[in-house]
Amino acid sequence: MAKYVPPKQSKLGQIFDVIVLLVLIIGALRLPLLLGMAGGSKVSAPVADPTWETLKQSPAMVEKWNALGITDPASVNEMITARYDYWAFSTLELLVMIVVVIGYFVLVVRFSNVEYKEVIAEKFGDRK
Amino acid sequence: MAKASQAAAPAVEKISLLRVLGPAHVWALGVGIVLVGEYMGWNFGVGKGGAYAALIACWFAGLLYTCVAMIDSEVTSTVAAAGGQFTQAKHIVGPLMAFNVGLYLVFAYTMLEAGNAITIGFLVDTVANMAGHSGIDQRPFIILSIMFLAWLNYRGVLATLNFNLVITAIAFIAVILLFFGVAPWSADSPLKHADLMAGDAALPYGWIGVVAAMHFGLWYYLGIEGTTQAAEEVRSPARALPFGTMAGIITLLIAATLTWYVCAGLMPWEYLGQAGVPLFDAGRLSGSTTLMVLLGIGTLFSTLASANGCINDASRAWFGMGRDHYLPAWFGAVHPKFRTPYRSIIFLVPVALVFALGAPLDQVITFSILSGLLEYTFMPINVILFRKKWPLDTIKRGYVHPFHPLPALVLLALCAVTYFAVFLGYGTQLIAMVGFYIVVSLWFHFWRYRFVKRGDQFTMPWPRPRGY
Repeated sequence: MAKYVPPKQSKLGQIFDVIVLLVLIIGALRLPLLLGMAGGSKVSAPVADPTWETLKQSPAMVEKWNALGITDPASVNEMITARYDYWAFSTLELLVMIVVVIGYFVLVVRFSNVEYKEVIAEKFGDRK
Repeated sequence: MAKASQAAAPAVEKISLLRVLGPAHVWALGVGIVLVGEYMGWNFGVGKGGAYAALIACWFAGLLYTCVAMIDSEVTSTVAAAGGQFTQAKHIVGPLMAFNVGLYLVFAYTMLEAGNAITIGFLVDTVANMAGHSGIDQRPFIILSIMFLAWLNYRGVLATLNFNLVITAIAFIAVILLFFGVAPWSADSPLKHADLMAGDAALPYGWIGVVAAMHFGLWYYLGIEGTTQAAEEVRSPARALPFGTMAGIITLLIAATLTWYVCAGLMPWEYLGQAGVPLFDAGRLSGSTTLMVLLGIGTLFSTLASANGCINDASRAWFGMGRDHYLPAWFGAVHPKFRTPYRSIIFLVPVALVFALGAPLDQVITFSILSGLLEYTFMPINVILFRKKWPLDTIKRGYVHPFHPLPALVLLALCAVTYFAVFLGYGTQLIAMVGFYIVVSLWFHFWRYRFVKRGDQFTMPWPRPRGY
Protein backbone atom coordinates (compact mmCIF):
# COMPACT_ATOMS: atom_id res chain seq x y z
CA MET A 1 0.00 0.00 0.00
CA ALA A 2 1.31 3.46 -0.90
CA LYS A 3 2.25 5.54 2.13
CA TYR A 4 -0.44 8.08 2.92
CA VAL A 5 0.93 11.61 3.30
CA PRO A 6 -1.52 13.78 5.22
CA PRO A 7 -1.97 17.39 4.17
CA LYS A 8 -0.21 19.89 6.40
CA GLN A 9 -2.79 21.80 8.38
CA SER A 10 -2.32 25.55 8.47
CA LYS A 11 -2.18 27.47 11.76
CA LEU A 12 -5.56 28.96 10.93
CA GLY A 13 -7.00 25.50 10.28
CA GLN A 14 -5.66 24.29 13.63
CA ILE A 15 -7.24 27.24 15.42
CA PHE A 16 -10.52 26.59 13.60
CA ASP A 17 -10.49 22.93 14.69
CA VAL A 18 -9.84 23.95 18.29
CA ILE A 19 -12.78 26.37 18.16
CA VAL A 20 -15.04 23.69 16.66
CA LEU A 21 -14.04 21.31 19.45
CA LEU A 22 -14.60 23.91 22.14
CA VAL A 23 -18.03 24.79 20.73
CA LEU A 24 -18.95 21.10 20.56
CA ILE A 25 -17.71 20.42 24.08
CA ILE A 26 -19.21 23.42 25.80
CA GLY A 27 -22.29 23.58 23.59
CA ALA A 28 -23.23 19.91 23.70
CA LEU A 29 -22.51 19.50 27.39
CA ARG A 30 -23.84 22.84 28.61
CA LEU A 31 -26.93 22.87 26.40
CA PRO A 32 -28.78 20.13 28.34
CA LEU A 33 -28.01 22.07 31.52
CA LEU A 34 -29.24 25.36 30.06
CA LEU A 35 -32.41 23.76 28.69
CA GLY A 36 -33.08 22.10 32.03
CA MET A 37 -32.83 18.66 30.39
CA ALA A 38 -30.06 17.46 32.68
CA GLY A 39 -30.20 16.46 36.31
CA GLY A 40 -32.38 14.23 38.41
CA SER A 41 -36.14 14.07 37.87
CA LYS A 42 -36.94 14.16 41.58
CA VAL A 43 -40.30 15.64 42.56
CA SER A 44 -41.20 17.02 46.00
CA ALA A 45 -44.58 16.43 47.61
CA PRO A 46 -44.43 18.63 50.71
CA VAL A 47 -46.94 17.94 53.46
CA ALA A 48 -49.06 20.74 54.93
CA ASP A 49 -48.03 21.98 58.41
CA PRO A 50 -45.15 19.52 58.66
CA THR A 51 -44.06 18.00 61.96
CA TRP A 52 -41.38 15.36 62.44
CA GLU A 53 -44.17 12.80 62.91
CA THR A 54 -46.01 13.70 59.68
CA LEU A 55 -42.65 13.57 57.90
CA LYS A 56 -42.27 10.02 59.27
CA GLN A 57 -39.11 10.76 61.21
CA SER A 58 -38.40 8.55 64.22
CA PRO A 59 -36.96 9.99 67.49
CA ALA A 60 -33.49 8.73 66.50
CA MET A 61 -33.77 10.51 63.14
CA VAL A 62 -34.98 13.73 64.82
CA GLU A 63 -31.98 13.56 67.15
CA LYS A 64 -29.68 13.45 64.12
CA TRP A 65 -31.50 16.29 62.33
CA ASN A 66 -31.07 18.39 65.46
CA ALA A 67 -27.39 17.47 65.67
CA LEU A 68 -27.05 18.72 62.10
CA GLY A 69 -28.46 22.05 63.25
CA ILE A 70 -31.90 21.50 61.69
CA THR A 71 -34.62 21.91 64.28
CA ASP A 72 -37.52 23.16 62.16
CA PRO A 73 -39.18 20.33 60.17
CA ALA A 74 -40.64 22.86 57.72
CA SER A 75 -37.13 23.74 56.54
CA VAL A 76 -36.54 20.16 55.31
CA ASN A 77 -40.11 19.42 54.22
CA GLU A 78 -39.19 19.41 50.52
CA MET A 79 -35.96 17.51 51.05
CA ILE A 80 -37.63 14.70 52.98
CA THR A 81 -40.65 14.34 50.70
CA ALA A 82 -38.75 14.52 47.37
CA ARG A 83 -38.89 11.23 45.45
CA TYR A 84 -37.98 9.83 42.02
CA ASP A 85 -40.76 8.12 40.14
CA TYR A 86 -38.76 5.33 38.54
CA TRP A 87 -41.79 3.66 36.98
CA ALA A 88 -42.83 6.82 35.12
CA PHE A 89 -40.54 6.21 32.13
CA SER A 90 -42.00 4.96 28.89
CA THR A 91 -40.85 1.85 27.08
CA LEU A 92 -40.21 4.03 24.03
CA GLU A 93 -37.73 6.19 26.00
CA LEU A 94 -35.93 3.07 27.17
CA LEU A 95 -35.78 1.68 23.63
CA VAL A 96 -34.42 5.01 22.34
CA MET A 97 -31.67 4.87 24.96
CA ILE A 98 -30.76 1.28 24.08
CA VAL A 99 -30.70 2.03 20.34
CA VAL A 100 -28.62 5.21 20.81
CA VAL A 101 -26.00 3.54 23.04
CA ILE A 102 -25.67 0.34 20.99
CA GLY A 103 -25.84 2.30 17.72
CA TYR A 104 -23.07 4.57 18.92
CA PHE A 105 -20.71 1.69 19.73
CA VAL A 106 -21.53 -0.12 16.47
CA LEU A 107 -20.79 3.08 14.53
CA VAL A 108 -17.49 3.69 16.32
CA VAL A 109 -16.25 0.09 16.06
CA ARG A 110 -17.17 -0.19 12.35
CA PHE A 111 -15.60 3.14 11.32
CA SER A 112 -12.58 2.31 13.47
CA ASN A 113 -12.18 -1.01 11.69
CA VAL A 114 -12.16 0.71 8.30
CA GLU A 115 -9.42 3.08 9.49
CA TYR A 116 -7.55 0.27 11.27
CA LYS A 117 -7.28 -1.81 8.09
CA GLU A 118 -5.45 1.10 6.40
CA VAL A 119 -3.11 1.46 9.38
CA ILE A 120 -2.19 -2.23 9.36
CA ALA A 121 -1.85 -2.38 5.57
CA GLU A 122 0.57 0.57 5.59
CA LYS A 123 2.50 -0.63 8.63
CA PHE A 124 2.87 -4.30 7.67
CA GLY A 125 2.28 -4.12 3.91
CA ASP A 126 -0.59 -5.56 1.90
CA ARG A 127 -1.49 -9.19 2.58
CA LYS A 128 -0.02 -11.58 0.05
CA MET B 1 8.23 5.03 23.01
CA ALA B 2 10.40 8.09 22.98
CA LYS B 3 11.68 6.99 19.58
CA ALA B 4 8.19 6.45 18.27
CA SER B 5 7.02 9.80 19.49
CA GLN B 6 9.96 11.50 17.89
CA ALA B 7 9.20 9.82 14.59
CA ALA B 8 5.65 11.08 14.60
CA ALA B 9 6.27 14.58 15.85
CA PRO B 10 7.81 17.81 14.69
CA ALA B 11 11.11 19.13 16.00
CA VAL B 12 9.62 21.03 18.90
CA GLU B 13 8.37 17.76 20.44
CA LYS B 14 11.72 15.92 20.57
CA ILE B 15 11.76 15.99 24.33
CA SER B 16 10.25 12.98 26.07
CA LEU B 17 8.44 12.79 29.40
CA LEU B 18 10.62 11.96 32.43
CA ARG B 19 10.64 8.39 33.86
CA VAL B 20 10.75 9.18 37.56
CA LEU B 21 7.72 7.48 39.15
CA GLY B 22 7.49 4.30 41.25
CA PRO B 23 4.58 2.03 42.40
CA ALA B 24 3.76 4.34 45.34
CA HIS B 25 3.23 7.23 42.92
CA VAL B 26 0.98 5.02 40.78
CA TRP B 27 -1.03 4.17 43.92
CA ALA B 28 -1.14 7.87 44.85
CA LEU B 29 -2.26 8.86 41.36
CA GLY B 30 -5.07 6.26 41.29
CA VAL B 31 -6.27 6.57 44.89
CA GLY B 32 -5.62 10.31 44.94
CA ILE B 33 -8.06 10.87 42.09
CA VAL B 34 -10.68 8.54 43.50
CA LEU B 35 -10.61 8.90 47.28
CA VAL B 36 -12.65 12.08 46.94
CA GLY B 37 -15.48 9.76 45.85
CA GLU B 38 -15.68 8.75 49.51
CA TYR B 39 -15.72 12.37 50.66
CA MET B 40 -18.49 13.51 48.29
CA GLY B 41 -20.74 12.24 45.52
CA TRP B 42 -21.19 8.54 46.48
CA ASN B 43 -24.01 9.59 48.78
CA PHE B 44 -26.23 10.69 45.87
CA GLY B 45 -26.67 6.91 45.48
CA VAL B 46 -28.36 6.97 48.89
CA GLY B 47 -30.72 9.59 47.46
CA LYS B 48 -31.50 7.32 44.51
CA GLY B 49 -32.21 4.15 46.46
CA GLY B 50 -31.61 4.47 50.21
CA ALA B 51 -28.62 3.50 52.35
CA TYR B 52 -28.76 -0.29 51.79
CA ALA B 53 -29.06 0.29 48.05
CA ALA B 54 -25.92 2.46 48.14
CA LEU B 55 -24.03 -0.32 49.96
CA ILE B 56 -25.10 -2.99 47.49
CA ALA B 57 -24.19 -0.60 44.65
CA CYS B 58 -20.81 -0.01 46.30
CA TRP B 59 -20.03 -3.74 46.21
CA PHE B 60 -21.31 -4.31 42.67
CA ALA B 61 -19.36 -1.27 41.52
CA GLY B 62 -16.35 -2.78 43.34
CA LEU B 63 -16.83 -5.92 41.25
CA LEU B 64 -17.06 -3.77 38.10
CA TYR B 65 -13.80 -2.03 38.95
CA THR B 66 -12.07 -5.29 39.85
CA CYS B 67 -12.85 -6.42 36.29
CA VAL B 68 -11.61 -3.04 35.00
CA ALA B 69 -8.36 -3.36 36.97
CA MET B 70 -7.76 -6.96 35.83
CA ILE B 71 -8.39 -6.19 32.16
CA ASP B 72 -6.59 -2.89 32.21
CA SER B 73 -3.53 -4.28 33.97
CA GLU B 74 -2.99 -6.90 31.26
CA VAL B 75 -3.32 -4.47 28.38
CA THR B 76 -1.39 -1.69 30.12
CA SER B 77 1.49 -3.95 31.11
CA THR B 78 1.91 -4.51 27.35
CA VAL B 79 0.98 -1.06 25.99
CA ALA B 80 2.99 1.09 28.41
CA ALA B 81 2.65 4.50 26.79
CA ALA B 82 1.33 7.93 27.71
CA GLY B 83 -2.35 8.29 26.95
CA GLY B 84 -3.16 4.94 28.60
CA GLN B 85 -6.40 3.54 27.20
CA PHE B 86 -6.20 5.97 24.27
CA THR B 87 -2.98 4.34 23.08
CA GLN B 88 -4.44 0.89 23.74
CA ALA B 89 -7.50 1.65 21.60
CA LYS B 90 -5.32 2.99 18.79
CA HIS B 91 -3.35 -0.26 18.58
CA ILE B 92 -6.18 -2.69 19.24
CA VAL B 93 -9.53 -1.33 17.97
CA GLY B 94 -8.72 1.56 15.64
CA PRO B 95 -8.27 5.34 15.37
CA LEU B 96 -11.89 6.47 15.83
CA MET B 97 -12.26 4.35 18.97
CA ALA B 98 -8.99 5.84 20.21
CA PHE B 99 -10.27 9.36 19.58
CA ASN B 100 -13.44 8.58 21.55
CA VAL B 101 -11.51 6.95 24.38
CA GLY B 102 -9.26 10.00 24.57
CA LEU B 103 -12.33 12.19 24.92
CA TYR B 104 -13.87 9.87 27.56
CA LEU B 105 -10.71 10.25 29.60
CA VAL B 106 -10.51 13.99 29.18
CA PHE B 107 -14.16 14.56 30.10
CA ALA B 108 -14.34 12.03 32.92
CA TYR B 109 -11.33 13.73 34.53
CA THR B 110 -12.15 17.32 33.66
CA MET B 111 -15.70 16.99 34.99
CA LEU B 112 -14.36 15.29 38.11
CA GLU B 113 -11.91 18.16 38.50
CA ALA B 114 -14.83 20.60 38.19
CA GLY B 115 -16.77 18.59 40.79
CA ASN B 116 -13.79 18.76 43.14
CA ALA B 117 -13.55 22.51 42.76
CA ILE B 118 -17.30 22.88 43.47
CA THR B 119 -16.82 20.81 46.65
CA ILE B 120 -13.92 23.01 47.79
CA GLY B 121 -16.16 26.05 47.38
CA PHE B 122 -18.99 24.30 49.25
CA LEU B 123 -16.67 23.25 52.08
CA VAL B 124 -15.36 26.79 52.50
CA ASP B 125 -18.96 28.05 52.55
CA THR B 126 -19.99 25.43 55.16
CA VAL B 127 -17.05 26.24 57.43
CA ALA B 128 -17.71 29.98 57.02
CA ASN B 129 -21.37 29.46 57.97
CA MET B 130 -20.33 27.51 61.06
CA ALA B 131 -18.06 30.42 61.98
CA GLY B 132 -20.94 32.87 61.56
CA HIS B 133 -20.01 34.28 58.13
CA SER B 134 -22.90 33.42 55.86
CA GLY B 135 -23.27 34.09 52.15
CA ILE B 136 -19.61 34.16 51.09
CA ASP B 137 -18.81 34.01 47.38
CA GLN B 138 -17.52 30.50 46.56
CA ARG B 139 -16.24 31.37 43.09
CA PRO B 140 -12.81 32.78 44.03
CA PHE B 141 -12.01 29.55 45.91
CA ILE B 142 -13.09 27.44 42.94
CA ILE B 143 -10.97 29.45 40.50
CA LEU B 144 -7.99 29.60 42.84
CA SER B 145 -7.92 25.84 43.45
CA ILE B 146 -8.05 24.98 39.73
CA MET B 147 -5.43 27.60 38.82
CA PHE B 148 -3.06 26.55 41.62
CA LEU B 149 -3.21 22.86 40.70
CA ALA B 150 -2.79 23.61 36.99
CA TRP B 151 0.33 25.61 37.87
CA LEU B 152 1.64 22.71 39.98
CA ASN B 153 1.09 20.32 37.07
CA TYR B 154 2.75 22.75 34.69
CA ARG B 155 5.86 22.76 36.90
CA GLY B 156 6.51 19.00 36.94
CA VAL B 157 5.09 15.53 37.42
CA LEU B 158 7.29 14.37 40.31
CA ALA B 159 6.45 17.33 42.54
CA THR B 160 2.78 16.97 41.58
CA LEU B 161 2.58 13.29 42.52
CA ASN B 162 4.71 13.66 45.66
CA PHE B 163 2.17 16.30 46.73
CA ASN B 164 -0.61 13.82 45.94
CA LEU B 165 1.07 11.00 47.86
CA VAL B 166 1.16 13.02 51.08
CA ILE B 167 -2.34 14.56 50.95
CA THR B 168 -3.94 11.29 49.78
CA ALA B 169 -2.38 9.40 52.69
CA ILE B 170 -3.69 12.02 55.15
CA ALA B 171 -7.21 11.88 53.65
CA PHE B 172 -7.22 8.05 53.82
CA ILE B 173 -5.99 8.01 57.43
CA ALA B 174 -8.77 10.51 58.33
CA VAL B 175 -11.41 7.97 57.17
CA ILE B 176 -9.79 5.21 59.27
CA LEU B 177 -9.57 7.50 62.33
CA LEU B 178 -13.23 8.47 61.93
CA PHE B 179 -14.19 4.78 62.02
CA PHE B 180 -12.21 4.23 65.23
CA GLY B 181 -13.42 7.57 66.62
CA VAL B 182 -17.11 6.59 66.44
CA ALA B 183 -16.22 3.24 68.11
CA PRO B 184 -18.92 0.99 66.56
CA TRP B 185 -18.21 -1.69 69.20
CA SER B 186 -19.02 0.66 72.10
CA ALA B 187 -22.48 1.08 73.69
CA ASP B 188 -21.95 4.87 73.59
CA SER B 189 -21.33 4.93 69.85
CA PRO B 190 -23.31 7.63 68.00
CA LEU B 191 -23.99 5.14 65.17
CA LYS B 192 -27.71 4.26 64.97
CA HIS B 193 -28.02 1.96 61.95
CA ALA B 194 -31.01 0.03 63.27
CA ASP B 195 -33.00 3.20 64.02
CA LEU B 196 -32.06 5.15 60.89
CA MET B 197 -32.63 2.29 58.47
CA ALA B 198 -35.84 0.81 59.83
CA GLY B 199 -39.15 0.49 57.95
CA ASP B 200 -39.46 2.57 54.77
CA ALA B 201 -35.96 3.96 55.28
CA ALA B 202 -34.43 0.53 54.57
CA LEU B 203 -35.18 0.43 50.85
CA PRO B 204 -37.41 3.46 50.13
CA TYR B 205 -37.78 2.58 46.43
CA GLY B 206 -37.66 -1.20 46.77
CA TRP B 207 -35.23 -3.20 44.64
CA ILE B 208 -35.40 -0.87 41.65
CA GLY B 209 -33.71 1.68 43.94
CA VAL B 210 -30.75 -0.71 44.23
CA VAL B 211 -30.38 -0.70 40.45
CA ALA B 212 -30.79 3.09 40.34
CA ALA B 213 -28.08 3.51 42.99
CA MET B 214 -25.53 1.84 40.67
CA HIS B 215 -25.37 5.22 38.89
CA PHE B 216 -23.49 6.82 41.79
CA GLY B 217 -21.99 3.51 42.94
CA LEU B 218 -19.35 4.08 40.29
CA TRP B 219 -18.34 7.25 42.06
CA TYR B 220 -16.66 5.28 44.87
CA TYR B 221 -13.97 4.18 42.39
CA LEU B 222 -14.24 6.32 39.24
CA GLY B 223 -10.83 7.25 37.90
CA ILE B 224 -8.72 4.38 39.30
CA GLU B 225 -7.97 3.35 35.72
CA GLY B 226 -6.12 6.67 35.43
CA THR B 227 -2.99 4.99 36.75
CA THR B 228 -2.19 4.01 33.17
CA GLN B 229 -1.89 7.64 32.13
CA ALA B 230 1.50 7.75 33.83
CA ALA B 231 2.83 4.77 31.85
CA GLU B 232 5.50 6.77 30.07
CA GLU B 233 6.68 8.39 33.28
CA VAL B 234 6.96 5.20 35.40
CA ARG B 235 10.38 3.59 35.81
CA SER B 236 9.09 0.01 35.50
CA PRO B 237 5.61 0.05 33.94
CA ALA B 238 5.08 -3.72 33.68
CA ARG B 239 5.58 -4.10 37.45
CA ALA B 240 4.49 -0.79 38.91
CA LEU B 241 1.23 -0.28 37.00
CA PRO B 242 -0.56 -3.58 37.90
CA PHE B 243 0.80 -3.42 41.46
CA GLY B 244 -0.19 0.22 42.03
CA THR B 245 -3.63 -0.28 40.44
CA MET B 246 -4.52 -3.43 42.40
CA ALA B 247 -3.30 -1.87 45.67
CA GLY B 248 -5.44 1.16 44.82
CA ILE B 249 -8.62 -0.93 44.32
CA ILE B 250 -8.05 -2.68 47.69
CA THR B 251 -7.55 0.67 49.41
CA LEU B 252 -10.74 2.03 47.87
CA LEU B 253 -12.85 -1.02 48.77
CA ILE B 254 -11.82 -0.57 52.41
CA ALA B 255 -12.39 3.19 52.40
CA ALA B 256 -15.75 2.91 50.59
CA THR B 257 -17.17 0.33 52.99
CA LEU B 258 -16.00 2.24 56.08
CA THR B 259 -17.40 5.48 54.69
CA TRP B 260 -20.80 3.96 54.01
CA TYR B 261 -20.88 2.31 57.45
CA VAL B 262 -20.11 5.47 59.40
CA CYS B 263 -22.28 7.86 57.35
CA ALA B 264 -25.33 5.56 57.17
CA GLY B 265 -25.21 5.21 60.94
CA LEU B 266 -25.03 8.94 61.57
CA MET B 267 -27.47 10.62 59.14
CA PRO B 268 -31.08 10.09 58.02
CA TRP B 269 -31.02 8.84 54.41
CA GLU B 270 -32.96 11.87 53.13
CA TYR B 271 -30.19 14.18 54.37
CA LEU B 272 -27.31 11.90 53.42
CA GLY B 273 -28.74 11.47 49.90
CA GLN B 274 -28.19 15.13 49.04
CA ALA B 275 -25.30 16.17 51.35
CA GLY B 276 -22.47 18.14 49.71
CA VAL B 277 -19.74 17.02 52.14
CA PRO B 278 -21.03 13.84 53.87
CA LEU B 279 -17.80 12.79 55.62
CA PHE B 280 -17.34 16.28 57.02
CA ASP B 281 -20.95 16.07 58.27
CA ALA B 282 -20.10 12.68 59.80
CA GLY B 283 -17.18 14.35 61.58
CA ARG B 284 -19.56 17.00 62.92
CA LEU B 285 -21.99 14.33 64.16
CA SER B 286 -19.27 12.23 65.78
CA GLY B 287 -19.27 14.61 68.75
CA SER B 288 -15.52 15.16 68.49
CA THR B 289 -14.16 18.55 67.42
CA THR B 290 -10.83 16.92 66.53
CA LEU B 291 -12.58 14.50 64.17
CA MET B 292 -14.63 17.31 62.64
CA VAL B 293 -11.46 19.32 61.90
CA LEU B 294 -9.67 16.21 60.65
CA LEU B 295 -12.52 15.31 58.27
CA GLY B 296 -12.68 18.93 57.09
CA ILE B 297 -8.97 18.73 56.28
CA GLY B 298 -9.51 15.29 54.74
CA THR B 299 -12.26 16.69 52.49
CA LEU B 300 -10.05 19.56 51.40
CA PHE B 301 -7.03 17.30 50.79
CA SER B 302 -9.00 14.63 48.96
CA THR B 303 -10.55 17.18 46.61
CA LEU B 304 -7.17 18.80 45.97
CA ALA B 305 -5.50 15.41 45.38
CA SER B 306 -8.27 14.37 43.05
CA ALA B 307 -8.30 17.58 41.06
CA ASN B 308 -4.53 17.41 40.88
CA GLY B 309 -4.55 13.86 39.51
CA CYS B 310 -7.37 14.75 37.12
CA ILE B 311 -5.39 17.61 35.59
CA ASN B 312 -2.42 15.23 35.27
CA ASP B 313 -4.47 12.52 33.53
CA ALA B 314 -6.69 14.69 31.33
CA SER B 315 -3.70 16.64 30.04
CA ARG B 316 -1.79 13.40 29.21
CA ALA B 317 -4.76 12.11 27.23
CA TRP B 318 -5.15 15.45 25.39
CA PHE B 319 -1.38 15.54 24.80
CA GLY B 320 -1.42 11.99 23.40
CA MET B 321 -4.14 12.95 20.91
CA GLY B 322 -2.28 16.09 19.89
CA ARG B 323 0.96 14.19 19.38
CA ASP B 324 -0.82 11.82 16.99
CA HIS B 325 -2.54 14.73 15.19
CA TYR B 326 -5.99 13.49 16.28
CA LEU B 327 -6.15 17.03 17.62
CA PRO B 328 -4.11 20.01 16.36
CA ALA B 329 -0.43 19.09 16.71
CA TRP B 330 0.17 22.20 18.81
CA PHE B 331 -1.12 20.27 21.84
CA GLY B 332 1.54 17.58 21.44
CA ALA B 333 4.37 19.72 22.79
CA VAL B 334 6.43 19.03 25.92
CA HIS B 335 7.74 21.92 28.01
CA PRO B 336 11.49 22.34 27.30
CA LYS B 337 12.35 22.83 30.98
CA PHE B 338 9.66 21.13 33.08
CA ARG B 339 9.07 18.26 30.61
CA THR B 340 5.28 18.42 31.04
CA PRO B 341 2.49 18.64 28.41
CA TYR B 342 2.05 22.29 29.31
CA ARG B 343 -0.16 23.44 26.45
CA SER B 344 -2.71 20.69 27.15
CA ILE B 345 -2.66 21.59 30.85
CA ILE B 346 -3.39 25.24 30.11
CA PHE B 347 -6.06 24.53 27.46
CA LEU B 348 -8.18 22.39 29.80
CA VAL B 349 -8.26 24.99 32.60
CA PRO B 350 -11.10 27.11 31.11
CA VAL B 351 -13.09 23.99 30.20
CA ALA B 352 -13.00 22.90 33.86
CA LEU B 353 -13.88 26.40 35.01
CA VAL B 354 -16.91 26.67 32.71
CA PHE B 355 -18.47 23.66 34.41
CA ALA B 356 -17.21 24.31 37.95
CA LEU B 357 -18.70 27.80 37.94
CA GLY B 358 -22.00 27.10 36.25
CA ALA B 359 -23.38 23.62 36.93
CA PRO B 360 -24.81 21.75 39.95
CA LEU B 361 -22.60 19.11 41.54
CA ASP B 362 -24.79 16.07 40.82
CA GLN B 363 -24.97 16.96 37.13
CA VAL B 364 -21.23 17.56 36.80
CA ILE B 365 -20.67 14.21 38.53
CA THR B 366 -23.13 12.54 36.14
CA PHE B 367 -21.19 13.88 33.13
CA SER B 368 -18.03 12.43 34.62
CA ILE B 369 -19.69 9.08 35.41
CA LEU B 370 -21.14 8.82 31.91
CA SER B 371 -17.76 9.36 30.26
CA GLY B 372 -16.30 6.77 32.64
CA LEU B 373 -19.12 4.36 31.85
CA LEU B 374 -18.54 4.67 28.11
CA GLU B 375 -14.87 3.96 28.74
CA TYR B 376 -15.65 0.83 30.79
CA THR B 377 -17.91 -0.38 27.97
CA PHE B 378 -14.96 -0.01 25.60
CA MET B 379 -12.69 -2.14 27.83
CA PRO B 380 -14.37 -5.54 27.26
CA ILE B 381 -14.39 -4.85 23.50
CA ASN B 382 -10.73 -3.90 23.77
CA VAL B 383 -9.52 -6.96 25.68
CA ILE B 384 -11.55 -9.44 23.60
CA LEU B 385 -10.05 -7.99 20.41
CA PHE B 386 -6.59 -7.88 22.03
CA ARG B 387 -6.69 -11.62 22.83
CA LYS B 388 -8.15 -12.37 19.38
CA LYS B 389 -5.62 -10.33 17.40
CA TRP B 390 -2.64 -11.24 19.57
CA PRO B 391 -3.21 -14.55 21.42
CA LEU B 392 -1.10 -15.19 24.53
CA ASP B 393 1.67 -16.99 22.64
CA THR B 394 2.26 -14.12 20.20
CA ILE B 395 3.34 -11.26 22.47
CA LYS B 396 4.69 -11.20 26.01
CA ARG B 397 2.47 -9.59 28.62
CA GLY B 398 3.74 -8.18 31.93
CA TYR B 399 0.54 -9.51 33.51
CA VAL B 400 -2.07 -12.00 32.21
CA HIS B 401 -5.52 -11.67 33.79
CA PRO B 402 -7.21 -14.98 34.68
CA PHE B 403 -10.56 -16.48 33.57
CA HIS B 404 -10.75 -14.61 30.25
CA PRO B 405 -13.39 -13.80 28.91
CA LEU B 406 -15.38 -13.97 32.17
CA PRO B 407 -14.19 -10.59 33.57
CA ALA B 408 -14.98 -8.94 30.21
CA LEU B 409 -18.50 -10.38 30.12
CA VAL B 410 -19.19 -9.50 33.77
CA LEU B 411 -17.95 -5.97 33.10
CA LEU B 412 -20.20 -5.66 30.05
CA ALA B 413 -23.23 -6.88 32.03
CA LEU B 414 -22.53 -4.46 34.90
CA CYS B 415 -22.14 -1.60 32.42
CA ALA B 416 -25.56 -2.45 30.94
CA VAL B 417 -27.11 -2.33 34.43
CA THR B 418 -25.42 1.02 35.08
CA TYR B 419 -26.74 2.54 31.83
CA PHE B 420 -30.21 1.60 33.02
CA ALA B 421 -29.40 3.06 36.46
CA VAL B 422 -28.39 6.39 34.90
CA PHE B 423 -31.48 6.26 32.69
CA LEU B 424 -33.60 6.11 35.87
CA GLY B 425 -33.74 9.79 36.73
CA TYR B 426 -31.04 11.15 34.38
CA GLY B 427 -32.15 9.73 31.00
CA THR B 428 -32.03 12.95 28.98
CA GLN B 429 -28.51 13.71 30.21
CA LEU B 430 -27.43 10.24 29.06
CA ILE B 431 -28.91 10.70 25.58
CA ALA B 432 -27.37 14.22 25.28
CA MET B 433 -23.93 12.92 26.22
CA VAL B 434 -24.01 9.99 23.78
CA GLY B 435 -25.38 12.37 21.13
CA PHE B 436 -22.31 14.55 21.67
CA TYR B 437 -19.98 11.58 21.15
CA ILE B 438 -21.81 10.60 17.95
CA VAL B 439 -21.40 14.13 16.53
CA VAL B 440 -17.68 14.37 17.37
CA SER B 441 -17.13 10.85 15.99
CA LEU B 442 -18.58 11.90 12.63
CA TRP B 443 -16.47 15.09 12.73
CA PHE B 444 -13.34 13.00 13.35
CA HIS B 445 -14.02 10.30 10.76
CA PHE B 446 -15.07 12.60 7.93
CA TRP B 447 -12.83 15.60 8.62
CA ARG B 448 -10.12 15.41 11.21
CA TYR B 449 -8.69 11.99 10.33
CA ARG B 450 -7.29 13.29 7.03
CA PHE B 451 -4.49 14.98 9.01
CA VAL B 452 -3.42 11.74 10.66
CA LYS B 453 -0.63 9.53 9.33
CA ARG B 454 -1.74 5.94 8.85
CA GLY B 455 0.95 3.33 9.50
CA ASP B 456 2.92 5.60 11.84
CA GLN B 457 0.13 5.39 14.42
CA PHE B 458 1.13 1.82 15.13
CA THR B 459 4.22 2.19 17.32
CA MET B 460 4.31 -1.06 19.34
CA PRO B 461 6.88 -3.71 18.31
CA TRP B 462 4.16 -6.31 17.80
CA PRO B 463 3.60 -8.75 14.92
CA ARG B 464 0.78 -8.26 12.42
CA PRO B 465 -2.60 -8.74 14.13
CA ARG B 466 -4.40 -11.96 13.25
CA GLY B 467 -7.15 -11.54 10.69
CA TYR B 468 -5.68 -8.37 9.12
